[in-house]
Amino acid sequence: MNTLDATVMRTMSPGRVVNAYAQEAKAECLRYLRNPGFLLPTLLFPSVFYVMFGILLNQHSGPETLRYLLASYGTFGVMAPGLFGFGVSLALERDTGLLTLKRAMPMPPGAYLLGKMCMAVVVAGIISVILLCLAIFVAGVVLPPSRIAAFFFLELLGVLPFCALGLLVGTLVKGQGAPGIINLVYLPMAFLAGLWMPLSMLPSVLQSIAPIWPAYHLDQLALSTVGLGQGGEWIHVAVLVGYTAVFLAIASRRLRRNG
Amino acid sequence: MNQDTCVARLEGVGKRYGNVVALDGIDLQIHRGEVLALLGPNGAGKSTSIGLLLGLLRADSGTVSLFGQDPQDIGTRRRIGVMLQSALLPPTLRVRELISLTASYYPAPLDVTACAALAGIEDLLGRNYAALSGGQQRRVQFAMAMVGQPEILFLDEPTVGMDLQARQALWAAIRQLVARGCAVVLTTHYLEEAEALAHRVCVIAGGKVISEGTVDALRARVVLRRIGCVTSVPATAIAQWPGVASVEAQQGHLAIATPDAEAVVRRLLDADPALSGLEVQRAGLAEAFSDITREAADTDLSREAA
Repeated sequence: MNTLDATVMRTMSPGRVVNAYAQEAKAECLRYLRNPGFLLPTLLFPSVFYVMFGILLNQHSGPETLRYLLASYGTFGVMAPGLFGFGVSLALERDTGLLTLKRAMPMPPGAYLLGKMCMAVVVAGIISVILLCLAIFVAGVVLPPSRIAAFFFLELLGVLPFCALGLLVGTLVKGQGAPGIINLVYLPMAFLAGLWMPLSMLPSVLQSIAPIWPAYHLDQLALSTVGLGQGGEWIHVAVLVGYTAVFLAIASRRLRRNG
Repeated sequence: MNQDTCVARLEGVGKRYGNVVALDGIDLQIHRGEVLALLGPNGAGKSTSIGLLLGLLRADSGTVSLFGQDPQDIGTRRRIGVMLQSALLPPTLRVRELISLTASYYPAPLDVTACAALAGIEDLLGRNYAALSGGQQRRVQFAMAMVGQPEILFLDEPTVGMDLQARQALWAAIRQLVARGCAVVLTTHYLEEAEALAHRVCVIAGGKVISEGTVDALRARVVLRRIGCVTSVPATAIAQWPGVASVEAQQGHLAIATPDAEAVVRRLLDADPALSGLEVQRAGLAEAFSDITREAADTDLSREAA
Protein backbone atom coordinates (compact mmCIF):
# COMPACT_ATOMS: atom_id res chain seq x y z
CA MET A 1 0.00 0.00 0.00
CA ASN A 2 2.83 2.36 0.47
CA THR A 3 5.19 3.35 -2.27
CA LEU A 4 7.76 4.79 0.04
CA ASP A 5 11.21 3.38 -0.40
CA ALA A 6 13.88 4.61 1.96
CA THR A 7 16.59 4.13 -0.62
CA VAL A 8 14.90 6.13 -3.36
CA MET A 9 16.72 9.38 -3.94
CA ARG A 10 15.30 12.12 -6.04
CA THR A 11 17.81 12.82 -8.72
CA MET A 12 17.87 15.86 -10.95
CA SER A 13 18.91 15.76 -14.57
CA PRO A 14 22.03 17.87 -15.25
CA GLY A 15 19.86 20.20 -17.32
CA ARG A 16 17.57 20.89 -14.38
CA VAL A 17 20.54 21.50 -12.08
CA VAL A 18 21.98 24.04 -14.52
CA ASN A 19 18.52 25.59 -14.76
CA ALA A 20 18.38 25.95 -10.99
CA TYR A 21 21.69 27.87 -11.01
CA ALA A 22 20.46 30.04 -13.89
CA GLN A 23 17.14 30.79 -12.17
CA GLU A 24 18.93 31.75 -8.97
CA ALA A 25 21.25 34.12 -10.86
CA LYS A 26 18.33 35.61 -12.77
CA ALA A 27 16.30 36.18 -9.62
CA GLU A 28 19.28 37.75 -7.88
CA CYS A 29 19.93 40.14 -10.81
CA LEU A 30 16.25 41.09 -11.11
CA ARG A 31 15.77 41.85 -7.46
CA TYR A 32 18.73 44.22 -7.33
CA LEU A 33 18.15 45.86 -10.69
CA ARG A 34 14.64 46.66 -9.41
CA ASN A 35 15.97 48.08 -6.15
CA PRO A 36 16.78 51.78 -6.66
CA GLY A 37 18.17 52.02 -3.13
CA PHE A 38 21.00 49.75 -4.22
CA LEU A 39 21.27 50.54 -7.91
CA LEU A 40 21.23 54.34 -7.90
CA PRO A 41 24.13 55.03 -5.51
CA THR A 42 26.11 52.19 -7.06
CA LEU A 43 25.76 53.62 -10.57
CA LEU A 44 25.66 57.31 -9.75
CA PHE A 45 28.65 57.71 -7.44
CA PRO A 46 31.38 56.74 -9.91
CA SER A 47 29.73 58.46 -12.87
CA VAL A 48 28.92 61.69 -11.04
CA PHE A 49 32.47 61.80 -9.60
CA TYR A 50 33.90 61.24 -13.06
CA VAL A 51 31.79 64.01 -14.56
CA MET A 52 32.56 66.43 -11.73
CA PHE A 53 36.22 65.81 -11.04
CA GLY A 54 37.20 64.42 -14.40
CA ILE A 55 35.27 66.42 -16.94
CA LEU A 56 34.04 69.66 -15.34
CA LEU A 57 36.92 70.52 -13.02
CA ASN A 58 39.65 69.35 -15.38
CA GLN A 59 38.69 71.11 -18.58
CA HIS A 60 42.20 72.37 -19.20
CA SER A 61 44.08 69.26 -18.28
CA GLY A 62 45.22 66.85 -20.89
CA PRO A 63 43.63 63.67 -22.22
CA GLU A 64 45.93 61.68 -19.95
CA THR A 65 44.17 62.98 -16.84
CA LEU A 66 40.80 61.93 -18.27
CA ARG A 67 42.10 58.43 -18.97
CA TYR A 68 43.73 58.29 -15.54
CA LEU A 69 40.45 59.21 -13.87
CA LEU A 70 38.51 56.74 -16.02
CA ALA A 71 40.69 54.01 -14.54
CA SER A 72 40.37 55.20 -10.93
CA TYR A 73 36.63 55.85 -10.98
CA GLY A 74 36.15 52.58 -12.83
CA THR A 75 37.95 50.79 -10.01
CA PHE A 76 35.99 52.78 -7.42
CA GLY A 77 32.78 51.87 -9.27
CA VAL A 78 33.24 48.11 -9.41
CA MET A 79 34.16 47.89 -5.73
CA ALA A 80 30.58 48.81 -4.79
CA PRO A 81 28.56 45.96 -6.34
CA GLY A 82 31.00 43.47 -4.87
CA LEU A 83 31.08 44.95 -1.39
CA PHE A 84 27.44 46.04 -1.14
CA GLY A 85 25.69 43.58 -3.45
CA PHE A 86 27.51 40.72 -1.82
CA GLY A 87 28.51 41.78 1.67
CA VAL A 88 25.54 43.83 2.77
CA SER A 89 22.96 41.52 1.25
CA LEU A 90 24.56 38.46 2.82
CA ALA A 91 24.69 40.16 6.23
CA LEU A 92 21.03 41.17 5.94
CA GLU A 93 19.85 37.81 4.67
CA ARG A 94 21.64 35.97 7.45
CA ASP A 95 19.59 38.14 9.78
CA THR A 96 16.19 38.00 8.10
CA GLY A 97 16.03 34.23 7.73
CA LEU A 98 16.22 34.14 3.93
CA LEU A 99 19.56 32.33 4.01
CA THR A 100 18.14 29.83 6.50
CA LEU A 101 15.15 29.19 4.25
CA LYS A 102 17.40 28.72 1.22
CA ARG A 103 19.58 26.30 3.14
CA ALA A 104 16.54 24.30 4.18
CA MET A 105 15.27 24.19 0.60
CA PRO A 106 17.05 21.93 -1.85
CA MET A 107 18.87 24.80 -3.55
CA PRO A 108 21.97 23.42 -5.28
CA PRO A 109 25.10 24.12 -3.22
CA GLY A 110 26.77 27.36 -4.21
CA ALA A 111 23.81 28.64 -6.25
CA TYR A 112 23.21 31.35 -3.68
CA LEU A 113 26.75 32.73 -3.83
CA LEU A 114 27.05 32.20 -7.57
CA GLY A 115 23.80 34.10 -8.12
CA LYS A 116 25.07 37.06 -6.11
CA MET A 117 28.35 36.94 -8.02
CA CYS A 118 26.54 37.08 -11.36
CA MET A 119 24.54 40.06 -10.15
CA ALA A 120 27.72 41.89 -9.11
CA VAL A 121 29.35 41.16 -12.49
CA VAL A 122 26.29 42.46 -14.35
CA VAL A 123 26.23 45.67 -12.32
CA ALA A 124 30.00 46.10 -12.79
CA GLY A 125 29.41 45.75 -16.56
CA ILE A 126 26.77 48.48 -16.48
CA ILE A 127 29.07 50.80 -14.51
CA SER A 128 31.94 50.30 -16.92
CA VAL A 129 29.70 50.93 -19.95
CA ILE A 130 28.42 54.18 -18.38
CA LEU A 131 31.96 55.36 -17.59
CA LEU A 132 33.25 54.42 -21.04
CA CYS A 133 30.37 56.29 -22.69
CA LEU A 134 31.05 59.37 -20.55
CA ALA A 135 34.77 59.20 -21.33
CA ILE A 136 34.41 58.68 -25.06
CA PHE A 137 31.32 60.71 -25.95
CA VAL A 138 31.38 63.47 -23.33
CA ALA A 139 35.03 63.91 -22.42
CA GLY A 140 36.32 63.02 -25.87
CA VAL A 141 38.81 60.43 -24.69
CA VAL A 142 40.26 58.55 -27.64
CA LEU A 143 40.80 54.85 -27.04
CA PRO A 144 41.32 52.07 -29.58
CA PRO A 145 38.66 49.31 -29.48
CA SER A 146 41.17 46.83 -28.06
CA ARG A 147 41.77 49.05 -25.02
CA ILE A 148 38.03 49.66 -24.59
CA ALA A 149 37.44 45.92 -24.59
CA ALA A 150 40.32 45.31 -22.19
CA PHE A 151 38.97 47.94 -19.76
CA PHE A 152 35.45 46.47 -19.98
CA PHE A 153 36.53 42.91 -19.27
CA LEU A 154 38.90 43.97 -16.52
CA GLU A 155 35.97 45.70 -14.81
CA LEU A 156 33.85 42.55 -15.10
CA LEU A 157 36.52 40.37 -13.52
CA GLY A 158 37.74 43.08 -11.18
CA VAL A 159 34.52 42.86 -9.18
CA LEU A 160 35.38 39.34 -8.01
CA PRO A 161 38.02 40.14 -5.34
CA PHE A 162 35.54 42.61 -3.86
CA CYS A 163 32.77 40.01 -3.94
CA ALA A 164 35.07 37.78 -1.91
CA LEU A 165 35.88 40.62 0.50
CA GLY A 166 32.18 41.50 0.79
CA LEU A 167 31.41 37.85 1.43
CA LEU A 168 33.97 37.78 4.21
CA VAL A 169 32.63 40.94 5.86
CA GLY A 170 29.09 39.59 5.42
CA THR A 171 30.02 36.52 7.45
CA LEU A 172 31.55 38.68 10.19
CA VAL A 173 28.73 41.16 10.73
CA LYS A 174 25.01 40.55 10.73
CA GLY A 175 21.97 42.66 10.06
CA GLN A 176 21.47 46.39 9.89
CA GLY A 177 25.01 47.31 10.97
CA ALA A 178 26.47 45.87 7.78
CA PRO A 179 26.16 48.91 5.45
CA GLY A 180 28.11 51.04 7.93
CA ILE A 181 30.87 48.47 8.31
CA ILE A 182 31.12 47.99 4.54
CA ASN A 183 31.44 51.76 4.08
CA LEU A 184 34.26 51.73 6.61
CA VAL A 185 36.05 49.29 4.32
CA TYR A 186 35.00 50.83 1.02
CA LEU A 187 35.69 54.55 1.43
CA PRO A 188 39.05 54.44 3.27
CA MET A 189 40.34 51.78 0.92
CA ALA A 190 39.34 53.84 -2.13
CA PHE A 191 41.17 56.84 -0.68
CA LEU A 192 44.28 54.96 0.43
CA ALA A 193 44.57 53.13 -2.90
CA GLY A 194 44.74 56.47 -4.67
CA LEU A 195 41.36 56.32 -6.39
CA TRP A 196 40.26 59.81 -5.33
CA MET A 197 43.54 61.62 -5.72
CA PRO A 198 46.77 60.34 -7.23
CA LEU A 199 48.99 58.47 -4.81
CA SER A 200 51.79 60.95 -5.46
CA MET A 201 49.71 63.58 -3.67
CA LEU A 202 49.42 61.45 -0.51
CA PRO A 203 51.96 61.35 2.36
CA SER A 204 54.79 58.96 1.66
CA VAL A 205 53.75 56.60 4.47
CA LEU A 206 50.38 56.11 2.81
CA GLN A 207 52.08 55.72 -0.56
CA SER A 208 54.28 52.96 0.74
CA ILE A 209 51.41 50.94 2.23
CA ALA A 210 49.18 51.33 -0.84
CA PRO A 211 50.10 47.86 -2.21
CA ILE A 212 48.32 46.33 0.79
CA TRP A 213 44.95 47.27 -0.67
CA PRO A 214 43.32 45.08 -3.35
CA ALA A 215 41.89 48.27 -4.89
CA TYR A 216 45.43 49.54 -5.57
CA HIS A 217 46.23 46.48 -7.69
CA LEU A 218 42.97 46.64 -9.63
CA ASP A 219 43.61 50.34 -10.27
CA GLN A 220 47.11 49.59 -11.60
CA LEU A 221 45.61 47.04 -13.99
CA ALA A 222 42.90 49.49 -15.05
CA LEU A 223 45.61 52.09 -15.75
CA SER A 224 47.39 49.53 -17.94
CA THR A 225 44.24 48.94 -19.98
CA VAL A 226 43.96 52.67 -20.77
CA GLY A 227 47.64 52.86 -21.66
CA LEU A 228 49.01 54.41 -18.47
CA GLY A 229 50.37 51.23 -16.90
CA GLN A 230 53.70 50.96 -15.17
CA GLY A 231 54.24 47.28 -15.96
CA GLY A 232 54.19 44.35 -13.58
CA GLU A 233 50.64 43.42 -14.59
CA TRP A 234 51.11 39.78 -13.70
CA ILE A 235 52.13 40.66 -10.17
CA HIS A 236 48.90 42.68 -9.73
CA VAL A 237 46.84 39.82 -11.17
CA ALA A 238 48.54 37.34 -8.86
CA VAL A 239 47.96 39.55 -5.80
CA LEU A 240 44.25 39.94 -6.66
CA VAL A 241 43.83 36.21 -7.23
CA GLY A 242 45.60 35.56 -3.94
CA TYR A 243 43.38 37.98 -2.03
CA THR A 244 40.27 36.44 -3.60
CA ALA A 245 41.36 32.95 -2.61
CA VAL A 246 42.17 33.92 0.98
CA PHE A 247 38.92 35.87 1.49
CA LEU A 248 36.90 33.01 -0.01
CA ALA A 249 38.62 30.38 2.11
CA ILE A 250 38.01 32.23 5.39
CA ALA A 251 34.45 33.16 4.44
CA SER A 252 33.41 29.67 3.41
CA ARG A 253 34.85 28.25 6.61
CA ARG A 254 32.85 30.75 8.64
CA LEU A 255 29.70 30.09 6.61
CA ARG A 256 29.99 26.34 7.11
CA ARG A 257 30.47 26.78 10.85
CA ASN A 258 27.99 29.50 11.66
CA GLY A 259 25.56 29.61 8.76
CA MET B 1 5.40 1.01 14.62
CA ASN B 2 5.37 0.36 10.94
CA GLN B 3 8.89 1.15 9.76
CA ASP B 4 7.86 1.66 6.18
CA THR B 5 5.53 4.58 6.66
CA CYS B 6 7.92 6.56 8.80
CA VAL B 7 9.28 9.46 6.77
CA ALA B 8 11.12 11.40 9.44
CA ARG B 9 12.50 10.45 12.79
CA LEU B 10 14.32 11.82 15.80
CA GLU B 11 15.73 9.11 18.07
CA GLY B 12 17.11 10.03 21.47
CA VAL B 13 18.31 13.33 20.11
CA GLY B 14 20.15 15.75 22.36
CA LYS B 15 21.20 19.26 21.46
CA ARG B 16 22.77 21.96 23.61
CA TYR B 17 23.58 25.60 22.94
CA GLY B 18 26.42 26.27 25.33
CA ASN B 19 25.00 25.47 28.75
CA VAL B 20 21.40 25.52 27.62
CA VAL B 21 19.88 22.14 26.90
CA ALA B 22 17.54 22.61 23.95
CA LEU B 23 16.69 18.97 23.40
CA ASP B 24 17.01 16.30 26.05
CA GLY B 25 16.85 12.92 24.34
CA ILE B 26 13.77 13.60 22.25
CA ASP B 27 12.00 10.89 20.25
CA LEU B 28 9.72 11.81 17.41
CA GLN B 29 8.33 10.04 14.37
CA ILE B 30 6.38 11.38 11.44
CA HIS B 31 4.45 9.06 9.18
CA ARG B 32 3.30 9.26 5.62
CA GLY B 33 -0.01 11.04 5.14
CA GLU B 34 -0.26 12.30 8.70
CA VAL B 35 -0.32 15.77 10.13
CA LEU B 36 1.75 16.01 13.27
CA ALA B 37 1.31 19.16 15.32
CA LEU B 38 4.15 20.22 17.58
CA LEU B 39 2.90 22.31 20.46
CA GLY B 40 4.81 23.78 23.32
CA PRO B 41 5.80 26.98 25.01
CA ASN B 42 8.49 29.18 23.45
CA GLY B 43 11.93 27.75 24.00
CA ALA B 44 10.55 24.24 24.46
CA GLY B 45 12.61 22.79 21.63
CA LYS B 46 10.16 22.93 18.72
CA SER B 47 12.35 25.06 16.48
CA THR B 48 15.43 23.03 17.31
CA SER B 49 13.59 19.81 16.40
CA ILE B 50 12.52 21.29 13.07
CA GLY B 51 16.01 22.69 12.46
CA LEU B 52 17.48 19.23 12.91
CA LEU B 53 14.99 17.59 10.56
CA LEU B 54 15.70 20.28 7.95
CA GLY B 55 19.43 19.68 8.20
CA LEU B 56 20.09 23.21 9.45
CA LEU B 57 21.52 21.92 12.72
CA ARG B 58 23.57 18.93 13.75
CA ALA B 59 22.51 16.82 16.73
CA ASP B 60 24.95 16.40 19.60
CA SER B 61 23.67 12.90 20.28
CA GLY B 62 21.09 10.47 18.90
CA THR B 63 20.05 10.09 15.28
CA VAL B 64 18.07 12.28 12.95
CA SER B 65 16.80 10.83 9.72
CA LEU B 66 14.63 11.88 6.80
CA PHE B 67 13.48 8.97 4.62
CA GLY B 68 16.13 6.93 6.41
CA GLN B 69 18.85 9.29 5.18
CA ASP B 70 20.87 12.20 6.44
CA PRO B 71 18.71 15.37 6.29
CA GLN B 72 21.73 17.37 5.10
CA ASP B 73 21.88 15.32 1.91
CA ILE B 74 20.52 17.37 -0.99
CA GLY B 75 18.83 14.34 -2.57
CA THR B 76 16.86 13.91 0.66
CA ARG B 77 16.01 17.58 0.86
CA ARG B 78 14.48 17.45 -2.63
CA ARG B 79 11.65 15.48 -1.02
CA ILE B 80 10.75 18.15 1.52
CA GLY B 81 8.94 21.46 1.42
CA VAL B 82 9.53 24.23 3.92
CA MET B 83 7.66 27.24 5.18
CA LEU B 84 9.58 29.05 7.91
CA GLN B 85 8.04 31.49 10.31
CA SER B 86 10.44 34.37 9.94
CA ALA B 87 11.94 34.32 6.45
CA LEU B 88 11.85 37.71 4.73
CA LEU B 89 11.71 37.12 0.99
CA PRO B 90 13.21 39.51 -1.60
CA PRO B 91 10.66 42.36 -1.72
CA THR B 92 11.27 43.36 -5.34
CA LEU B 93 10.59 39.93 -6.84
CA ARG B 94 7.16 39.08 -8.21
CA VAL B 95 5.16 36.19 -6.86
CA ARG B 96 5.51 34.17 -10.07
CA GLU B 97 9.30 34.64 -9.98
CA LEU B 98 9.55 33.49 -6.38
CA ILE B 99 7.52 30.35 -7.03
CA SER B 100 9.31 29.40 -10.24
CA LEU B 101 12.70 29.97 -8.60
CA THR B 102 11.73 27.54 -5.85
CA ALA B 103 10.30 25.12 -8.42
CA SER B 104 13.69 25.06 -10.17
CA TYR B 105 15.25 23.40 -7.11
CA TYR B 106 13.06 20.31 -7.47
CA PRO B 107 13.17 17.42 -9.98
CA ALA B 108 9.44 17.28 -10.76
CA PRO B 109 7.70 20.44 -9.58
CA LEU B 110 4.10 21.46 -10.10
CA ASP B 111 3.27 23.92 -12.82
CA VAL B 112 3.51 27.41 -11.29
CA THR B 113 -0.04 28.36 -12.23
CA ALA B 114 -1.47 25.08 -10.91
CA CYS B 115 0.44 25.54 -7.68
CA ALA B 116 -0.85 29.10 -7.32
CA ALA B 117 -4.39 27.84 -7.84
CA LEU B 118 -3.94 25.28 -5.06
CA ALA B 119 -2.66 27.97 -2.70
CA GLY B 120 -5.39 30.39 -3.79
CA ILE B 121 -3.01 33.07 -5.10
CA GLU B 122 -3.61 32.98 -8.87
CA ASP B 123 -4.56 36.65 -8.82
CA LEU B 124 -1.30 37.59 -7.10
CA LEU B 125 1.19 36.04 -9.54
CA GLY B 126 2.13 39.33 -11.21
CA ARG B 127 2.37 41.35 -8.01
CA ASN B 128 5.52 42.41 -6.19
CA TYR B 129 6.04 40.44 -3.01
CA ALA B 130 6.45 43.66 -1.00
CA ALA B 131 3.01 44.88 -2.13
CA LEU B 132 1.22 41.93 -0.50
CA SER B 133 -0.47 41.85 2.88
CA GLY B 134 0.96 39.65 5.62
CA GLY B 135 -1.64 36.96 5.02
CA GLN B 136 -1.04 37.00 1.26
CA GLN B 137 2.71 36.69 1.84
CA ARG B 138 2.10 33.62 4.00
CA ARG B 139 0.06 32.06 1.18
CA VAL B 140 2.89 32.74 -1.28
CA GLN B 141 5.31 31.09 1.13
CA PHE B 142 2.96 28.13 1.34
CA ALA B 143 2.89 27.87 -2.45
CA MET B 144 6.70 27.89 -2.45
CA ALA B 145 6.74 25.13 0.15
CA MET B 146 4.53 22.81 -1.89
CA VAL B 147 5.57 23.57 -5.48
CA GLY B 148 8.19 20.80 -5.45
CA GLN B 149 5.57 18.12 -4.72
CA PRO B 150 7.21 17.26 -1.41
CA GLU B 151 6.57 14.07 0.52
CA ILE B 152 6.89 15.90 3.79
CA LEU B 153 6.02 19.50 4.44
CA PHE B 154 7.32 21.57 7.35
CA LEU B 155 4.99 24.41 8.24
CA ASP B 156 6.11 26.79 10.97
CA GLU B 157 3.21 28.94 12.18
CA PRO B 158 1.64 28.91 8.70
CA THR B 159 -1.41 31.05 9.36
CA VAL B 160 0.03 33.88 11.45
CA GLY B 161 -1.46 37.16 10.24
CA MET B 162 -4.27 35.54 8.26
CA ASP B 163 -7.93 36.29 8.62
CA LEU B 164 -10.33 33.46 9.33
CA GLN B 165 -11.31 32.93 5.70
CA ALA B 166 -7.73 32.77 4.43
CA ARG B 167 -6.83 30.45 7.28
CA GLN B 168 -9.60 28.04 6.40
CA ALA B 169 -8.61 28.14 2.72
CA LEU B 170 -5.05 27.24 3.66
CA TRP B 171 -6.26 24.44 5.90
CA ALA B 172 -8.24 23.06 2.95
CA ALA B 173 -5.13 23.17 0.76
CA ILE B 174 -3.11 21.35 3.44
CA ARG B 175 -5.80 18.66 3.69
CA GLN B 176 -5.63 18.13 -0.08
CA LEU B 177 -1.89 17.54 0.10
CA VAL B 178 -2.31 15.16 3.01
CA ALA B 179 -4.95 13.21 1.10
CA ARG B 180 -2.31 12.62 -1.58
CA GLY B 181 0.00 11.07 1.03
CA CYS B 182 2.09 14.07 2.00
CA ALA B 183 3.16 14.19 5.63
CA VAL B 184 2.99 17.51 7.43
CA VAL B 185 4.85 18.73 10.49
CA LEU B 186 3.02 21.72 11.86
CA THR B 187 4.11 24.05 14.60
CA THR B 188 1.49 26.46 15.76
CA HIS B 189 0.36 28.63 18.60
CA TYR B 190 -3.26 28.35 17.51
CA LEU B 191 -4.72 25.33 19.24
CA GLU B 192 -7.78 25.42 17.01
CA GLU B 193 -5.39 25.01 14.08
CA ALA B 194 -3.95 21.86 15.62
CA GLU B 195 -7.48 20.71 16.34
CA ALA B 196 -8.60 21.33 12.76
CA LEU B 197 -5.65 19.69 11.02
CA ALA B 198 -3.61 17.36 13.17
CA HIS B 199 -3.98 13.63 13.39
CA ARG B 200 -1.46 13.53 16.16
CA VAL B 201 -0.29 16.12 18.64
CA CYS B 202 3.07 16.21 20.38
CA VAL B 203 3.47 18.55 23.30
CA ILE B 204 7.11 19.47 23.80
CA ALA B 205 8.50 21.11 26.91
CA GLY B 206 11.98 21.23 28.34
CA GLY B 207 13.42 19.53 25.28
CA LYS B 208 11.29 16.40 25.62
CA VAL B 209 7.99 15.10 24.35
CA ILE B 210 5.76 15.26 27.41
CA SER B 211 2.51 14.22 25.83
CA GLU B 212 1.80 12.53 22.56
CA GLY B 213 -1.39 11.23 21.13
CA THR B 214 -4.27 11.77 18.79
CA VAL B 215 -6.22 14.98 18.96
CA ASP B 216 -9.05 12.94 20.47
CA ALA B 217 -6.79 11.73 23.25
CA LEU B 218 -5.77 15.28 24.00
CA ARG B 219 -9.39 16.32 23.87
CA ALA B 220 -10.23 13.59 26.35
CA ARG B 221 -8.58 15.73 28.98
CA VAL B 222 -11.01 18.44 28.02
CA VAL B 223 -13.93 16.27 29.11
CA LEU B 224 -12.97 17.23 32.63
CA ARG B 225 -14.72 20.25 34.04
CA ARG B 226 -13.47 22.38 36.86
CA ILE B 227 -15.52 23.16 39.92
CA GLY B 228 -14.33 26.02 42.05
CA CYS B 229 -15.74 26.73 45.50
CA VAL B 230 -14.97 27.68 49.09
CA THR B 231 -16.05 24.94 51.43
CA SER B 232 -15.37 23.40 54.82
CA VAL B 233 -15.33 19.88 53.35
CA PRO B 234 -11.69 18.75 53.40
CA ALA B 235 -10.01 18.31 50.04
CA THR B 236 -8.73 14.88 51.00
CA ALA B 237 -12.32 13.68 51.54
CA ILE B 238 -13.54 15.02 48.20
CA ALA B 239 -10.65 13.31 46.44
CA GLN B 240 -12.18 9.98 47.56
CA TRP B 241 -15.57 10.69 45.98
CA PRO B 242 -16.51 8.78 42.84
CA GLY B 243 -15.95 10.71 39.60
CA VAL B 244 -13.42 13.15 41.05
CA ALA B 245 -10.22 13.24 39.02
CA SER B 246 -8.23 15.64 41.15
CA VAL B 247 -8.60 18.24 43.88
CA GLU B 248 -6.38 21.20 44.51
CA ALA B 249 -6.69 23.47 47.50
CA GLN B 250 -5.41 27.00 47.39
CA GLN B 251 -5.99 29.37 50.29
CA GLY B 252 -9.26 27.70 51.24
CA HIS B 253 -10.44 27.70 47.63
CA LEU B 254 -10.88 24.26 46.08
CA ALA B 255 -10.42 23.39 42.41
CA ILE B 256 -12.01 20.04 41.59
CA ALA B 257 -11.59 18.38 38.22
CA THR B 258 -14.30 15.92 37.24
CA PRO B 259 -16.07 14.56 34.18
CA ASP B 260 -19.35 14.52 36.12
CA ALA B 261 -19.71 18.03 37.44
CA GLU B 262 -23.44 17.84 38.17
CA ALA B 263 -23.20 14.85 40.55
CA VAL B 264 -20.20 16.30 42.37
CA VAL B 265 -21.86 19.71 42.79
CA ARG B 266 -25.02 18.08 44.19
CA ARG B 267 -22.98 16.11 46.70
CA LEU B 268 -20.94 19.19 47.62
CA LEU B 269 -24.05 21.27 48.33
CA ASP B 270 -25.50 18.41 50.41
CA ALA B 271 -22.32 18.07 52.42
CA ASP B 272 -21.81 21.80 52.99
CA PRO B 273 -24.90 24.07 52.90
CA ALA B 274 -22.62 27.03 53.65
CA LEU B 275 -20.56 26.46 50.47
CA SER B 276 -19.82 29.66 48.57
CA GLY B 277 -18.11 30.99 45.48
CA LEU B 278 -19.34 28.14 43.32
CA GLU B 279 -18.34 28.11 39.67
CA VAL B 280 -18.21 25.40 37.03
CA GLN B 281 -16.06 25.75 33.93
CA ARG B 282 -15.50 23.63 30.88
CA ALA B 283 -11.80 23.34 30.13
CA GLY B 284 -10.77 24.19 26.55
CA LEU B 285 -8.06 22.58 24.51
CA ALA B 286 -5.95 25.51 25.56
CA GLU B 287 -6.45 24.64 29.19
CA ALA B 288 -5.66 20.98 28.64
CA PHE B 289 -2.48 22.07 26.88
CA SER B 290 -1.45 24.41 29.66
CA ASP B 291 -2.26 21.67 32.18
CA ILE B 292 0.11 19.32 30.43
CA THR B 293 2.92 21.84 30.29
CA ARG B 294 2.37 22.94 33.87
CA GLU B 295 2.42 19.36 35.14
CA ALA B 296 5.68 18.81 33.31
CA ALA B 297 7.17 21.95 34.82
CA ASP B 298 6.01 20.88 38.29
CA THR B 299 7.59 17.45 37.97
CA ASP B 300 10.80 19.10 36.84
CA LEU B 301 10.71 21.41 39.84
CA SER B 302 10.02 18.64 42.33
CA ARG B 303 12.77 16.55 40.76
CA GLU B 304 15.18 19.42 41.15
CA ALA B 305 14.05 20.02 44.73
CA ALA B 306 14.53 16.36 45.67
